[in-house]
Amino acid sequence: MRAALAGDGAAYQRLLAALAPYLRNLCRRACARAGLSASEAEDAVQETLLAIHLKRHTWDSSQPLTPWLSAIARNKVIDMMRRRGRRAETDIADFENVLAAPPEAENVERELERQDALRLLDQLSGKQREAIEAVSIRGESLRDAAINLGVSEGALRVSVHRGLKALAELYRRMSD
Amino acid sequence: MKTEDLIAALAADNDTKAAPLSRAFALDLALGFLVSAIGFFLFLGLRDTFFASLDHPRFLFKFVFTLTMACTGLVLTWRLSRPGVAAGLARRAVLLAPALVLAACLAEMASVPADQWGARLIGHNAVHCLTLIPLMALAPLAGLFLALKHGAPSDPQRAGAAAAFAASGLAATLYAMNCPDDSPFFVAVWYMIATSVVVALGWVAGGRLLRW
Repeated sequence: MRAALAGDGAAYQRLLAALAPYLRNLCRRACARAGLSASEAEDAVQETLLAIHLKRHTWDSSQPLTPWLSAIARNKVIDMMRRRGRRAETDIADFENVLAAPPEAENVERELERQDALRLLDQLSGKQREAIEAVSIRGESLRDAAINLGVSEGALRVSVHRGLKALAELYRRMSD
Repeated sequence: MKTEDLIAALAADNDTKAAPLSRAFALDLALGFLVSAIGFFLFLGLRDTFFASLDHPRFLFKFVFTLTMACTGLVLTWRLSRPGVAAGLARRAVLLAPALVLAACLAEMASVPADQWGARLIGHNAVHCLTLIPLMALAPLAGLFLALKHGAPSDPQRAGAAAAFAASGLAATLYAMNCPDDSPFFVAVWYMIATSVVVALGWVAGGRLLRW
């Protein structure tokens, strides 16, 4: 984390990838206790990762990382529960849609996550959505993505950052 | 979106750096306090007897009280602004200011005849106290809310209340320089009521505005 905060992007990606299983474990256990599904737990994992990213300046580098991480994860799981508690009816509708659609074997859960996030992405402005899709879903580097989209690297960086903040804001509004 | 896709997007965004939380606190708070201080000197100003009162213990005690409130409130706000930090002693430390004023009231009871207690408690202008302290607390409170928004308070309501307590302490420090009433009785009742109003506001507003 210290290397990541010092600007080492590769170290940051490795750190987040290493944290994901730990957070998944944490979120799954909390969600199972509250009767939420594994895909909801995965949503909480993603929200937690997003919050870790946007709030990484609130970690005091002289302190251990774990209490900071688990406090963020706990907050996000609570948000998730609050959201599910209030959207009981829409949950049933979602469930019917799933049944109506042909169950595409074992990847249904994965596919659902993808749809869910894409729906949130759709609410972003065109530029922000394109930027995030380019560097995430299509996995391009910032420079390649900037060339493909025909914008400067700096402008793309700003769009990605604003898009991520807007995603967090959308999540937050969903739980209000 | 798959989690690894999200991680790729986050890593691509690593070069965007947010300002350190300590700097946000210092800047936002200083700005908020400055607004209130300018307002104070423009519209209220020091009381006529300000300099003559500088060796009166009752007058000086008001500042001991208000500055204790501001300092303990600020420490608690700072601790509540980051996830996974235990508030620890800072939570109890906010009781220090009310304890001080209670002790001062006991001393006042011992030194002033009982027939004057009522007049000292009512003071000259309690309504001023009840409106000006909350009013002057607004700008520092807004500053602290901005700083908290930049942070990530795990408990937004408590963090909002702590910020309101600190902002009230600062506002009361300004107001005390104008207020003609120096008795601890007056401070205990009216300053504390004004503070409670602001703290309640901070609690409610924190729950709504400080989620992240």
